[in-house]
Amino acid sequence: MEVRRDVFQAIADPTRRAIMLLIAAQAMTPNALAEEFHTSRQAVSKHIQILTECALVKQEQRGREIYYSLEIDKMKEIDEWLDQFRKVWETRFNQLTDVLSTIKKTKK
Amino acid sequence: MKTTSPFDLAVDKPTKTVTINMEFDAELSLVWDAFTKPEILDQWYAPKPFISKTKVMDFNVGGRRFYAMVSPEGMEMWAVQRYTSISPKTNFKFFNAFADKDENLQLPGSDWDLNFSEYADGDQRVTTVRITVFNESLERLEKLLEGFKVGFAMTFENLTNLLVTMSKR
Repeated sequence: MEVRRDVFQAIADPTRRAIMLLIAAQAMTPNALAEEFHTSRQAVSKHIQILTECALVKQEQRGREIYYSLEIDKMKEIDEWLDQFRKVWETRFNQLTDVLSTIKKTKK
Repeated sequence: MKTTSPFDLAVDKPTKTVTINMEFDAELSLVWDAFTKPEILDQWYAPKPFISKTKVMDFNVGGRRFYAMVSPEGMEMWAVQRYTSISPKTNFKFFNAFADKDENLQLPGSDWDLNFSEYADGDQRVTTVRITVFNESLERLEKLLEGFKVGFAMTFENLTNLLVTMSKR
């Protein structure tokens, strides 16, 4: 319900899908990714950041280099979905509590 | 003083079941109405700033509620709840599925079971509502993973096309 980055937003961008495809095969450094896309390291970092926020990509330090790889953790997805579901029902609960108290007042 | 929280949501992952427990300082008949009458449902069902808009509601076994959650920008998310069982002021069950504006269902949906009971806390009457949802998380997850597959399939296709184009140069 609320505005936040979701997985669909992340995979809507063709460059991000291509990044995911590449790192699904093997972990890659930001420089290697930038070379693949003939773009700047900054541009790749921005995409990586969005993918990381959606928990689709994880990073690992190996020596002096950072490697990115694909994170597909099913339980995490369930937890995130549940988190949203919980928020929706908590909001409904609060709203219903208010509605009930309003009805009770008008009845008196 | 109440010792339990008035709102609680628990998950049982092995059975893919989510249970919500809620408690209201109101009599049962009022809470029952709030869940079964569209004019009250629409006042609380959509988390603000969304608005709940019930287009059709026939609260009878075999009947349905066809409603939308409308965003401030006017985006409508439609869903259908088909009532499969009703025991007045005790329990009702429905099958929930997302839909488009023409009521074409997006299956699979999920099964919902709502239980209502009342107890006295001094001279105050308290109503508890227990909602059990079956398989919704699994369904959601499957959809998500399906989205992945589509995303990947599209990428593969694009990549293949790109490689073909590049090799022609």
